[in-house]
Amino acid sequence: MEWPGLGTAFWLQLTRDLKLAFRHVGQAANPLMFFVMVTTLFPLALSPAPELLMAIAPGVIWVSALLASLLAAESLFRQDIEDGTMEQLALSPQPLSLLLLAKTTSHWLMTGLPLVLMAPVVGHALFLPAEAVPATMLALLLATPVLSLAGAVMAALTVGLRRGGGLLSLLILPIVMPVLIFGARATDMAMQGLDVSGVMYLLAAVLLLAVSLAPAGMAAAMRISLD
Amino acid sequence: MPGAFPVSVYCAAPEDRPEEKPVARELQPGVELQPEVEPMSGADGHGAVLLEGKDLELWRGEQRLFTKVSFQLRAGELLHIVGPNGCGKTSLLRVLCGLTLPETGEVYWRSKKLARNRADFHASTCYLGHRESLKADLTAEENLVFPLGLRAWLSKADLHAALDKVGLSKRLSVPARSLSAGQKRRVSLARALASGAKLWILDEPYTNLDIAGRDLVDQMMSEHLQRDGLVLLVAHQAHGVAAGVTRKLELG
Repeated sequence: MEWPGLGTAFWLQLTRDLKLAFRHVGQAANPLMFFVMVTTLFPLALSPAPELLMAIAPGVIWVSALLASLLAAESLFRQDIEDGTMEQLALSPQPLSLLLLAKTTSHWLMTGLPLVLMAPVVGHALFLPAEAVPATMLALLLATPVLSLAGAVMAALTVGLRRGGGLLSLLILPIVMPVLIFGARATDMAMQGLDVSGVMYLLAAVLLLAVSLAPAGMAAAMRISLD
Repeated sequence: MPGAFPVSVYCAAPEDRPEEKPVARELQPGVELQPEVEPMSGADGHGAVLLEGKDLELWRGEQRLFTKVSFQLRAGELLHIVGPNGCGKTSLLRVLCGLTLPETGEVYWRSKKLARNRADFHASTCYLGHRESLKADLTAEENLVFPLGLRAWLSKADLHAALDKVGLSKRLSVPARSLSAGQKRRVSLARALASGAKLWILDEPYTNLDIAGRDLVDQMMSEHLQRDGLVLLVAHQAHGVAAGVTRKLELG
């Protein structure tokens, strides 16, 4: 028996998830709202002094981005498990890893990419120097997919549990620590006018590792959750 | 009785696990196979053994759901699995479609182990579970385009023909949230029709359907069997498929 190729399957899954997400834009925009709110609350809660805000800017931006991704990961597969769609995905002739990778890609487009695009605005609120903005955006562009992929593996593992929310954060946080450290370092170095290429290469390497390993992990974890 | 060998369910063998009760009892065979049909090996034609379960056993926690369930299903046959609530009918279906791993035993599709033959098996199978797997925001048509598109190149005409057959041609542009439970079930039936799958695995397909809907299910299954399709049916009520190609497996 013949069935459509991998590219078609990926595209079908991606467009379907985007279509569904756009019917509930409010829900999909939650992580972005969180990111913007947390970063803009710091100047209000601390003092609006530029030196202080500039000093904490890298940390605030990166911690908020990390927490926003954590927030988003919980809902990644829950709906599909509840309405039985995930069973049908597992029973399709296409590789489950590919379909889950497509789901994660759509999830990143809705929750990760907006963080990257919003970074200049948030940086401005925190007096991030203009020369550090491109480096921060590039680092976020490399790092947010890693956060989504790691979140997806752990979400697949915990989605079968009744109350997996707290456990999910505990599982994801240690894994994404390197991303936080390198990312914040990239912003910091760019602020000081240093060469950031080394850090970027490291982030890119982590991204490649995540893209190649995470889909297999997601599929294996999901089959366990469905059992 | 040489003609009736395909389904066999034995009594639970005594084992060392505590608090066991026999969970499978003697088979009550339906009507036996027509003896003049010679099995064809290696082909999908009428009478070829396509699905086979051997000595399946499944535990849920400390409770054994079933043990030593063995059967063969040939092209053009229906296997009706019956038993009281909670005896593991749905679990058996999940084992047979590869969602759950059995404790012991193997499932074979076209004489190959399921785990080795997953893509081919899933391309030939359509599973209708308890849940309709419909997205409330999408119309019936949008809902079906995706799961069917993953399996085969699908034409709009085929899809509309299937939705027409289940009586939903007037509700094509309505989001699934506005459909009644029975209409949602009909959407799932249309998925089975349009999937072109060889094996239908139907878990309580009559649920929520009106009388005409139940007749529709019977008619769909009869036509599918005439096309040399296979049906695994879990239902509490009797089905209306003509005897001769149906058998019964009793759990619990």
